[in-house]
This record gives sequence, structure tokens and C-alpha cells, in this order.
Amino acid sequence: MKYKDYYSALGVERNASEADIKTAYRKLARKYHPDVSKEAGAEEKFKEISEAYKTLKDPEKRKAYDQLGSHRPGEEFRPPPDWGVHFGGGGFSFEDLDLSDLFESLATGRRGGARRGRPTSVAGQDYEVTAHITLEDAFHGSMLDLSLTVPEYDEQGLLQRVPRTFKVRIPKGATEGQRMRVPGRGGKGVNGGRDGDLYLNIALHPHALFRPSGHDLYLELPLAPWEAALGATVQVPTLAGPVALKVPAGTRAGQKLRLTGRGLPTPKEGAGDLFAVAQIVVPTVLSEREQKLFKELADASTFNPRGHFEQETSHAR
Amino acid sequence: MRVELTEVVRIEEHQELSLSELAELSRLSEADLRRLQELGVIAPVDPGAAERTFRAECLVVARTACRLQQDFELDVQGVALALALLDRIRVLEAELQQLRATSLQTG
Repeated sequence: MKYKDYYSALGVERNASEADIKTAYRKLARKYHPDVSKEAGAEEKFKEISEAYKTLKDPEKRKAYDQLGSHRPGEEFRPPPDWGVHFGGGGFSFEDLDLSDLFESLATGRRGGARRGRPTSVAGQDYEVTAHITLEDAFHGSMLDLSLTVPEYDEQGLLQRVPRTFKVRIPKGATEGQRMRVPGRGGKGVNGGRDGDLYLNIALHPHALFRPSGHDLYLELPLAPWEAALGATVQVPTLAGPVALKVPAGTRAGQKLRLTGRGLPTPKEGAGDLFAVAQIVVPTVLSEREQKLFKELADASTFNPRGHFEQETSHAR
Repeated sequence: MRVELTEVVRIEEHQELSLSELAELSRLSEADLRRLQELGVIAPVDPGAAERTFRAECLVVARTACRLQQDFELDVQGVALALALLDRIRVLEAELQQLRATSLQTG
């Protein structure tokens, strides 16, 4: 089992008071709690802090922790031989165990599991993981391989960490930030308690072309000035393959052209829309003939794109 | 190694949840859920019904409430305030995402 320094995780001395430990935890929790923090690595950091606090805030668990002795973080160690007996814990397979499981099992033992009388059933833990998927996966639906290492009691009643691998089918139409539940795939219940659930938090990888907003998708549509002015039929990509889009004459930059039902599928039926956002682009290098034609257009046209400037400034006068 | 296939459940696809189901899945007590309902954080589908049921989306709210309550040692009033602020952030982030999605890339 690897040693973890719970005191340094909270940034406190080994002789810190309960109040100091609470203050240190609260300060760090506000900074790293996954529900309130957007910092990179916040989730992992919060797990460390929370695990340390759960043990150190409880005088009995803190005493048990202190009796493990002081080791270097990450150092392999074994608790003293009579350690588990003192603290009412059952059997442990220390090799495959995480320190947090050890203290969690002490809590379970105290709640009734290891005491005399009718054992109390304890529901398995819920887990929450972020599932990163591509926009294509969100559109078509996908299979995701998940590997978790979870604490479990074996047939001899020994608590150990076991790897669990399973496939989950992510239905089509998943959106950013959507939560999904995988029933019964959390921690195993104890003494007949129900198994915990696994929650997936969907995160979409950024896409080179499409920007999602809920079930709608946005695509930047570059148009040549003559296409925007005269109208054109252009080929645009969608997640289901290219389609022809009729760009009306007089299309302005920023105008959104809707392709109904070409967004992400919605749960029951139908789909969001795809919006092609017009962008007028000009060639950076002009041939002699192009230059001549543009010049001719400039001379012939009475169009003043800044007409409203004059109107607005004359009001102000 | 045998790899099992598991179907996931979109939370909004669940049937409506009773108060006790919501308590079991979210790990909040029924008393705390009732307090959250009084404070307007979660609302039953039909407030007049003899047995109140909740839309499955309430599960996400209730699970967050449970985490906040445990991790920050908050009372229900504090949880309700934090949830209201988190919801405002969620709405603003969705608007920001929408604006970013619709705005043109310059350069």
C-alpha cells in the first residue's frame, strides 16, 4: 500500500488542531471543488483534499492514521500487524489497497458491518467520470471503453482494489455537459445494500469545423463577395455528409443560414439545426483581370457601406 | 477478460421520480429534499398531487446539492443559495457558448 501524507495535502502540521484542519480544508475546497472550480486538475486535487479531510476530521480515524507512522508520500508500507484489530476493521489485502479504502472500510465497520448484531446494509459508492467524445460520436452514438479501479470485498471478505472494465453505449445526440447514469456500475453495496451508480459527464472534443450549442451546430461559411451579392449554391459539410446550400442573393456577413435538422439528434426524435454563419472573404492576391473588374465595379456602384456613419453623426450635431 | 456491455441512461429519459426514489439516487434525505422544495430549488411535477413526483432533471440538482452539503458542510439554506448561483453560472456559460459558436472567427 502506498503512503499518502494527509497533513501535507491540507497544508497543515501533524499537530494541527481540529479547527486548523477544518479551516485549511474549507479554504482548499472552495478553490478546487469540481462544482465550483474550472481550474485544470481541480477534480483530482479535490479528491486528495477531501480524502485527507475525511480521515483527519474524525478523531478515531486520525488516531489510526497517525499510528501508521510517518512515511514518504508514495512509499510502499504495511500497517503494524495489530493495526486493523485496534480500529475494528476487518481483513485487508494491503497490497492492492488504497489508503482511502482502508479508512472507508473502518467507517463501514463502525456503521455496523463489523459489529455484533444485525449488519447494516450500506449502499455502494456512486462514481462520476468525465467521458470525452468526439462530435461525430455524439452524432452517431458510440461505444466507450471504461476502465475503473474500484474497492471491492472479495470472497474471503478482504477489501482490495480491483480493475473493472466495461463498455458503455453512449446514445446518439449526447451534448456538452450532459449527465448520463450507468445504473449499478458504481461501488458494490455491502450487506445487501444496493450497488452504486456510475455517472458520466459528457465533454465534447472541439471540432475543426462545427461549434455545438446544445443540439444546434454552427459552421463558419466563407463566401466570395460575388457569391454573397449574387447568391449561389454551395456545398457545405454536415456530420452526415455534404449537402447543397442555397445562399440567397444579398447575404450579409454574420447572417445565419439554417439547415433544418442537420444538428445533433435530440433524444426522442428529430434533431437540432445546423447554422451556416456567412463570412465574406476576399482573395488576398488579385490577378490583373480581377483587379480590373473590381475597379470597374467600384466605379459603377453607388453602394455606400458606411451610409449610416453620416446619418448617426448628423444626429449628434 | 470478458467485457460487459452496459447501456447508459440519459437522465432526462428516466420516468418521473418519487420523493423516495430521488432520495435514494441522490443520497439526500427526504427531509432535505422537502426543504429544497420549500425553497424552490426543486419543484414537483404536480404540486397538488397526493404523491409528489419530480422530473428526472431534479436528480442532477439533488446530486449536486448532496455533494455541496457534504463537501462544504452547508445547511440546506446555504446549499440552495449555492445552487441558485451555480444555475446562473450555467445559464451564462450556455449563453457564452452560444455567442462563441455563432460569432465569426476573425483573423
